[in-house]
Amino acid sequence: MLKSLHLDPLKCTGCLQCEMACSYEKTGVVNPAKSRIKIFNFEAEGRKVPYTCTQCAEAWCMAACPVEAIKLDKGTGAKVVLEDTCVGCKVCTIACPFGTVNYMADVGKVQKCDLCGGDPACAKACPTGAITYIDADWTGLDKMRAWAEKANAAAL
Amino acid sequence: MKHLILGNGPTGVVAAETLRGVTSADEIVMVGSEPEPPYSRMAIPYLLEGNIDERGTYLRKTDSHFGDLSIRQKQGRARALDTAQRRVTFEDGSVETYDRLLIATGSHPVRPPIPGVDLPQVQTCWTLEDARAIASLASPGSRVLQLGAGFIGCIIMEALAKRGVELTVVEMGDRMVPRMMTPKAGGMIKRWVEEQGIRVVTGAGVQRIDPAGANSAGGIGGMIKSVVQSVTGNKPADSAALTVTLSTGDKLECDLVIVAAGVAPNVDFLAGTAIEVNKGVVVNLAMETGVDGVYAAGDVTEAPDLLTGENIVSAIQPNAADQGRIAALGMAGRKVELPGVLPINVLDTLGLISVSFGQWWGEKPEDDGSGVELADEGLWRYLSLQFKGDVLIGATAIGRTDQVGVLRGLIQNRTSLGRWKKVLMDNPTRFVDAYIATSQPVSIAS
Ligand SMILES: Cc1cc2nc3c(=O)[nH]c(=O)nc-3n(C[C@H](O)[C@H](O)[C@H](O)COP(=O)(O)OP(=O)(O)OC[C@H]3O[C@@H](n4cnc5c(N)ncnc54)[C@H](O)[C@@H]3O)c2cc1C
Repeated sequence: MLKSLHLDPLKCTGCLQCEMACSYEKTGVVNPAKSRIKIFNFEAEGRKVPYTCTQCAEAWCMAACPVEAIKLDKGTGAKVVLEDTCVGCKVCTIACPFGTVNYMADVGKVQKCDLCGGDPACAKACPTGAITYIDADWTGLDKMRAWAEKANAAAL
Repeated sequence: MKHLILGNGPTGVVAAETLRGVTSADEIVMVGSEPEPPYSRMAIPYLLEGNIDERGTYLRKTDSHFGDLSIRQKQGRARALDTAQRRVTFEDGSVETYDRLLIATGSHPVRPPIPGVDLPQVQTCWTLEDARAIASLASPGSRVLQLGAGFIGCIIMEALAKRGVELTVVEMGDRMVPRMMTPKAGGMIKRWVEEQGIRVVTGAGVQRIDPAGANSAGGIGGMIKSVVQSVTGNKPADSAALTVTLSTGDKLECDLVIVAAGVAPNVDFLAGTAIEVNKGVVVNLAMETGVDGVYAAGDVTEAPDLLTGENIVSAIQPNAADQGRIAALGMAGRKVELPGVLPINVLDTLGLISVSFGQWWGEKPEDDGSGVELADEGLWRYLSLQFKGDVLIGATAIGRTDQVGVLRGLIQNRTSLGRWKKVLMDNPTRFVDAYIATSQPVSIAS
């Protein structure tokens, strides 16, 4: 069964362990600026919101890619950037209405969450259970996807 | 059921794959008029830069991809369409019938009616064949004049600069990318590009192109001489092939002129049919042409704009993918509609990255329009957000790439920003916060 990242803002304390783990896993250095998961901090409300790609079914990034540099990992359901094929055109970064594909000027390629091949570093690093990697048909996922569907429904 | 798809660019390819995804038994034929496997025009600049080879421009990288999906490929150029008999005749005389037809023939670059525009050293940059010609003429140090600094022109510019040519760009408008960027943003891009060593002449056109050595009247003798020279390659290294006269009266010597002055849809074969063609093939939001069984999608179409409702041609890759998918689902009997066409562009002009979304020019105050513009020209940063009521309708940004996709999300979802509207008017850089705050559940678990 496909698993999915489950993000719970209420449990998030904003410790940024996930951002550090993600950047370390993907680049070999701890640098939250390079993380593919982001924690948004709404100080006024004391609210923290972990945010990353939901691996949406529409995969706007994948459809818009001109050179087949984003492919579906059938094992995890993740849409994965093939860095060797990516030409750095950035079309996916504006096609994705969730803003979860980003351009890295230093390497001239785009990056996005790929679920670490099925063992996401962010979930392992999260000390509060705000980020968990669980069966995709768990009902809570429906809630998580509800907002995503709003955008998708508009186009399909 | 037989689906015939005319065109094998991104629109045709996405449509064919979508069709196969929802119909396992239907026959699918995809036709292209160029000799190469399906490829992406927008990868051409990366080919010219030497970043990829021709194969890198192919839309699908495995040779057996379309065969594996039982998508039959045909090479040919449609010459005539008979919508009563449901058949298409091709230039080689062959015929294909159809139950459902998709017109995805894209567009072609227009050569403005300038004397000399058909000389061999005057090229468009549209096909792989064009790219090969440009690659052979644009070598380090050669003098290149590019006509047009619209979106496509600006994209090609970077590739040319990386080839080490001496580049002059001539644009009729008053700034770079006038149809995609606000005056201030277009001005910043112009200044940036000039600082990188490109000569930019705005508010000017090309009046005539003459073979170098011909007198300024451009006598036919001079033209023949130049053609002979270019064919035999028999000319002194320091002599340019062309003399270009601008509307300002300036004369420039150059080796190559690249025309990037707009495009027109590939619709010749629709003459005499009931299919309505304006600036493009007119379709509704389900990509239906109004003629039974005939759909159109991608660069070749004009369809209602998400925000204004007016028909627009949107010659961009994401639109090709979106419309190709919608059309295919309709052809398979699962009619769906696009929410409307949303122009979105991202541009990298020699390292300065800019984006524009939707109705970036804004809405009139009397129609509930408002907007905010923030510029730091020293740091090369710029951001403009445009609203109608408390809904974002357009945006332009320079020097900002992180999470810019949410601008599409906010516009396309017609998100009511509520109190975030004021936050953004005070500090537009918080647009991602606004998106997260208005789209993310407070708690999944609750
Ligand atoms: C140099 C360049 C750079 C670009 N950069 C970008 C960019 O950065 N971002 C972006 O969003 N867009 C960009 N674009 C635009 C993008 O490439 C187009 O929007 C996209 O290719 C449209 O896809 P399409 O399938 O509708 O048309 P096309 O890709 O033009 O495909 C049409 C196909 O139809 C075939 N055809 C034409 N006439 C006939 C006929 N009569 N019978 C049969 N077949 C026919 C053609 O051979 C072609 O294969 C760029 C374009 C160019 C040229």
